[in-house]
Amino acid sequence: MITTDSKERYLAAYKQAQSHAPKRAPAWLNELREAGMASFDQLGFPTTRNEDWKYTNVERIAAQSFARANGEAKRVSAGEIVARSLIDPAAPRLVFVNGVYTPELSQTAMLERGVVVRSLVDFIKEDDGTAAARLGRYASGRHQPLVALNTEFLKDGAVVSLAAGCRAEQPIYLVFVSTAGSEPVVSHPRTLILLGAGSEAKIVESYLGLDGGGYFCNAVTELVGGPDSVIEHYRLQQESDTGFHVGSLEANLERGCHLTAHAVSLSGALVRNNVRITLNGEGSACVLNGLYLADGKQHIDNFTEIEHLKPRASSLELYKGILSGSAHGVFNGKIVVHKDAQKTDARQTNKNLLLSADAVVNTKPQLEIYADDVKCSHGSTIGQMDSDALFYLRSRGLGIEEARSLLSFAFASDVVGRIKIDFLRARLDEYLVARFGRK
Amino acid sequence: MLDIKGLRARVGAKEILRGIDLHIGAGEVHAIMGPNGSGKSTLAHVLSGRENYEVTGGSVTYLGNDLLAMSPEVRAREGVFLAFQYPVEIPGVSTTYFLKAALNAIRKHRGLEELDAMEFLTLIKDKMQLVEMDQVLTNRPLNEGFSGGEKKRNEILQMAVLDPTLALLDETDSGLDIDALRIVAGGVNALRREDRAMVVITHYQRLLDYIVPDFIHVLYDGRIVKSGTKELALELESKGYDWIKSAVALAH
Repeated sequence: MITTDSKERYLAAYKQAQSHAPKRAPAWLNELREAGMASFDQLGFPTTRNEDWKYTNVERIAAQSFARANGEAKRVSAGEIVARSLIDPAAPRLVFVNGVYTPELSQTAMLERGVVVRSLVDFIKEDDGTAAARLGRYASGRHQPLVALNTEFLKDGAVVSLAAGCRAEQPIYLVFVSTAGSEPVVSHPRTLILLGAGSEAKIVESYLGLDGGGYFCNAVTELVGGPDSVIEHYRLQQESDTGFHVGSLEANLERGCHLTAHAVSLSGALVRNNVRITLNGEGSACVLNGLYLADGKQHIDNFTEIEHLKPRASSLELYKGILSGSAHGVFNGKIVVHKDAQKTDARQTNKNLLLSADAVVNTKPQLEIYADDVKCSHGSTIGQMDSDALFYLRSRGLGIEEARSLLSFAFASDVVGRIKIDFLRARLDEYLVARFGRK
Repeated sequence: MLDIKGLRARVGAKEILRGIDLHIGAGEVHAIMGPNGSGKSTLAHVLSGRENYEVTGGSVTYLGNDLLAMSPEVRAREGVFLAFQYPVEIPGVSTTYFLKAALNAIRKHRGLEELDAMEFLTLIKDKMQLVEMDQVLTNRPLNEGFSGGEKKRNEILQMAVLDPTLALLDETDSGLDIDALRIVAGGVNALRREDRAMVVITHYQRLLDYIVPDFIHVLYDGRIVKSGTKELALELESKGYDWIKSAVALAH
């Protein structure tokens, strides 16, 4: 019922947007949106009957009507963004407010040679051919309703493109800020990351909710790793307590490409992270590194899917969650090893620490293996704080709260330790000390 | 310093301590021996405040205060230290970080200034020599991947840094080869002091060759069945615990 209503609402919004849209939009873009619209109209919002959404009910998102954001950026300052997020104020960045590029909050002057960082709107104006060839090619909305919805309303976002052999030293920050307006708003930022052969980049997507109002951020990132490229990709989630977030990273890795995809989720009312990685070249490798913290009534779902298509590729996945209050955490780790993907090495671990009796975790490994010469392993744990460890610390004089805080911090430490941007790791450490300290 | 009177404790329905009486004065080293399952470790854990044990009777007075009314952390801050038989591994927290937090919690409780990083580093370096420990080890996650000997040395290091008034050493000799035993015992001996009491819990007489106690008590079936001086250990060594068991059986 709600699904039908919401479908009609989005369809009406789409028609309205298209009728107001300037006719200058290229034909390919209109076709892409049209395809997104058709897919979403067919799929609608997923229900818990959909196996991939079994533990995450998005009815709260579907039931609400959101206004399309118009980029009201005046109330947001760079200082506030830096203070509230974990970003490095000295590094290059693009800032989007409610999905709309905001040049006055961005800084790109210090970009290195061979590195292109643009808003999607500007990029399409400059390089229509690349955008037409790449957008929508890796993130398909045909089976994924929220990707379809993003594509239907595809307008702005970020493009990061590195020329072959270009090694960017500086991390590049893409900051997506949601602010409450007079009514709840929705944004559908779309990001395209293109890495030429042998290039190296560190890219941080930071999602930040300011103010207390309701909003829905439905982000999609398409990432293409060229042969032998090395990418550190980060997604930092700091949505507000009333914010809904669905984010999808769709990565396609070519031969010898090495991707480390970090997902750090620190807040948000309902958060769903989709990470889909296609190991589409021999010897390609991905490391998935996740940390999720939830308390109160927050719901955080990490859905990861790794497709091993080619031989000798590896995937190493570690996701850790700390849940308190009556928070609900979900982890789904799907690994598909296709028939040609011999010598695959896939390892997956999910560990959860429950700090309260009412917190819930659903963890589900899902391995499908069609090749015969592979190494695959998975393991998951859900546990409470180790009472032996707690007593050990208390027997040395640490108060119970301090001991708990130290053990929570310790639990997260290996995931945090894998963050290779020093500034970011230090900021996250500070954040965790403060967050665990106040409990 | 420590007065234990008629102490009874149980885990679940099982009564493990069945009336312990023990007086320990400042500067004394007491050894508690006994066969497996006699209640030695339970006594150590009850004294340090482990919550799995329910005290069902008796009293423990420590420096004039009711020890049993204190939380584990308050006992520690008041100067009680337990060297664990099985030190816990805590990935993600270095010994240095943890020990500084612990020492400062204790100092704060006592109204002393907290030590800063430099002051603490000077202190821990000095104490590390006592147990021949390397800084590489103290910078690693607490006890993670440590050998048995390294873990026990780390316990004694913590004891040296936290400077307790009453030290309880629970089977500190278990799992140690002779070299490690010598180092650990050497550390303990160096920490003997007139205003500090120690309770050394052990199954074997071996440790008492290195840490010579003033008094020895034999714990059996939740009670102290025999007390004496260091010669008692030798008697136990030659006659074995069966000697105690049959003596107790005879008395009934």
